Amino acid sequence: MTTSTRLLTRMKESWGEVKKKKWAYTFISPFYILFAIFSVYPIIFSIYLSFTKWKGFGPKVFVGLANYERLLGDYIFWQSIRNGVIIFFLYVPIMTLLALVLAVILNAKFFRFFQIFRTMLFVPYVTTMIAVGYVFKMMMNTKYGLFNMVLTSIGLPAVPWLDNIWWARVSLSILIIWAWLGYNMVIMLAGLQTIPKDLVEAATIDGASPVQAFFRITVPLMRPIILFSVILSTIGSFGLFNEIYALTTVGYTMGGPMYATITPLVYIYQQAFQNFNFSYASAVSYVYFAIIFVLTLLQLKYLGREE
Amino acid sequence: MAVIKENTLIKTKTVGKKIFVYLLLIPISIFMVLPYFWILITSLKTVAEVFHSPIIIFSRNMGLFNFRDAIDKGVLIRLWNTFFISFTATILRLFFCALAGYGFAKFRFPGRNILFSVLIASMIVPFAVVLVPLYIMMVNFHWIDTFLPLIIPGAASAFGIFFMRQYIRTIPDELLDAARIDGCSEFGIFTRVIIPVITPGLISLGLIFFMQVWNDFLLPLVILKTPENQTLPVMIASLFGVPGKTNMYTLQMAIAVISITPLIIIFLIFQRRFTAGITAGAVKG
Repeated sequence: MTTSTRLLTRMKESWGEVKKKKWAYTFISPFYILFAIFSVYPIIFSIYLSFTKWKGFGPKVFVGLANYERLLGDYIFWQSIRNGVIIFFLYVPIMTLLALVLAVILNAKFFRFFQIFRTMLFVPYVTTMIAVGYVFKMMMNTKYGLFNMVLTSIGLPAVPWLDNIWWARVSLSILIIWAWLGYNMVIMLAGLQTIPKDLVEAATIDGASPVQAFFRITVPLMRPIILFSVILSTIGSFGLFNEIYALTTVGYTMGGPMYATITPLVYIYQQAFQNFNFSYASAVSYVYFAIIFVLTLLQLKYLGREE
Repeated sequence: MAVIKENTLIKTKTVGKKIFVYLLLIPISIFMVLPYFWILITSLKTVAEVFHSPIIIFSRNMGLFNFRDAIDKGVLIRLWNTFFISFTATILRLFFCALAGYGFAKFRFPGRNILFSVLIASMIVPFAVVLVPLYIMMVNFHWIDTFLPLIIPGAASAFGIFFMRQYIRTIPDELLDAARIDGCSEFGIFTRVIIPVITPGLISLGLIFFMQVWNDFLLPLVILKTPENQTLPVMIASLFGVPGKTNMYTLQMAIAVISITPLIIIFLIFQRRFTAGITAGAVKG
């Protein structure tokens, strides 16, 4: 082959490459166009908005950092952040452990009906949350609800499910566990199937009890999956909305009683769509974003590191 | 002797295990099914029977009257709205995700890694940050009270592109090259070679998208103002009584049945595809 023909083929090839690249850029462009219009631009606009005072109409008055100053002393905002943390600790440890234990049981396959059980646990994932929120509200009614009827009929005291600060948080956690246990279990199950079975078997033959095998072998090997599930739950507990809209709204006030179950997303919604304070809502959403960003990084750093 | 002893030991061990498992699973099963049972029962009751002491589970007055009432209040148009939005949004999203997934999986081009990092990073931005400015934008576009804000902004999902990229990567390059030699255009390769091969993946992803849009609540709540334009979740919430009025739990639960049942049926048919879609992202990612 002479040099010229080689050059010609290379030119042809690279022309083909350019043509192919043009296609590639065309194929991926819809996402970036939509992302620029409906995410990047709004986010930048929202920064500007957070430095103004604007109630949805009329001119926007520049107020500098006033919204952020107000936010520092805003009791309800900080309460919403605290609630995110409290609710996280109320449901995440129980749910994660339960999901892992159930996954281990279903993975062992030594009992019948496990297919049905898996389906039963996972169906909430496709269920309209707002509807379930209202049915829990009904069942948790202190005076006439099903839960208290059952409790009192077996001689236990009635529980003020939604009327008391701490019980309301517990009730919310029960609803969240109901909704997300199956999802987490399915993820853990998929993770377990990547772990070689002989490992646990070998440990059991060597005399380890099932509990020891679980904590010494299964849990360490499942670390990445557990981390994934915990990070999702962290973001999830600050971004709770539907559950609170249905379960803990009293009259027109969401997230009761006494702001015990208000979350940052609920507070942003209230500020923007009930008080029409769009500029303050923007400031709140920025600080909220910063907080969960840092939290996620911290979790990645401390939970994700190897032993 | 020793052998027999060991066998009985193993047997008692498995029996103990079984008891533990059933003690755990039976209460959880009851807890999981109870809300569905209660939704169904309440949807058949009269308002007076909802909060009654002693509690009423079954009664003679039960009937389908709440469903008739729901139809009178326009539940069917909301069912159509919900279906229309979910279906259109799903098809559009699948198309853009598969297209971009193909672009990232099978082409090498300058800036690919940076663009892909931007895509992944976009998943970190919480919806709460976009909600307020997006709403203002929709007001300026005169898109309030239309279905467009529920379909267009989410038309290309980062998660979906990531999912499709992983899927399309497994297709051998020879298959694409063969089509190229036959004179197929790049878009032709996408529609004629890629799409047929990735159909199972598209079904998995499509089910997740459809379910998400169907159950979506916050965005439809702020966007759809006219009752006739609302979706089923918004209708359920709008029926919650204002202070001083009796709450229409029975009507709410009838609509809940209408909203929940289609998805459960779809889920039961495609269960394997569904879980495949959920776990692919978690385990590989």
